Amino acid sequence: MLPPYAETLGLYVDPDCADGCRLVMPYADGVLGRPGFLHGGAISGLMEMAAIVALQRALAGDGGGRIKPINVTVDFMRGGRDKLTYSTGIVTRLGNRVANVEATAWQDDAAKPIAAARMNYLIVRG
Amino acid sequence: MSIPTFIFDPERFLKSGAGGHGKHLGLSYHAHGPDWAEMAMPYDPRLVGDTDSGVIASGPILSMMDMATSMSVWLKLGGFRAHATLDLRVDYLRPATPGRTVIGRGECYRVTRSIAFIRGQAHDGDPADPLAHVAGTFMAPEGYF
Repeated sequence: MLPPYAETLGLYVDPDCADGCRLVMPYADGVLGRPGFLHGGAISGLMEMAAIVALQRALAGDGGGRIKPINVTVDFMRGGRDKLTYSTGIVTRLGNRVANVEATAWQDDAAKPIAAARMNYLIVRG
Repeated sequence: MSIPTFIFDPERFLKSGAGGHGKHLGLSYHAHGPDWAEMAMPYDPRLVGDTDSGVIASGPILSMMDMATSMSVWLKLGGFRAHATLDLRVDYLRPATPGRTVIGRGECYRVTRSIAFIRGQAHDGDPADPLAHVAGTFMAPEGYF
């Protein structure tokens, strides 16, 4: 269900999460930026995938449709360290043509995100 | 006129030091100038975000633009500084064409004591037909100067 890029980041759906839409990114050389820290692009990629998973779930219960990314704005708050990183997307508004989605990424504590993103997606209804 | 040895060389930087995420995505040096740097990302099925169309995901473009704009700051300053991305906004103007190499150009247009302001564009062959536009800031905890 996750695309090849998600696999390239090593992402998987968190089996401990009941609603099945929390993604996990393991710490690995392929997601590292400066030594010892996650690359901002990998954290952003994780949040974009979490946003898309959340939006696909919301769309599935609303007639379905294709998703096209319009934009993303990312705030980087803390360095990502040598541990698992989690992300969940939240669909703030699902319209006919546009969806507003937010996502955060965190490690130890969801209340202390390492990054946050907000995205606009174009919805192409079938 | 001799060139000072401390000048930041993005080609050397990407060949030697930068493994990790950039190498994992297949990113490489493309070109640079006094306040800009370009990277290349060859098409790779591992980067695909939409299996039906074969279009690469938006994430790898963001990663490339983050790195190209980061290097543009060091080029403008003439040397490396420890800094981190504060925020980055990407507009995805159109899908990247499957099979084509994406070129990302980052430019630093202003540096203050602690903040660097950057912008950039990505294209897949024709710079006049960009596929993404970015704007953002970096912050140097120890200061840029």
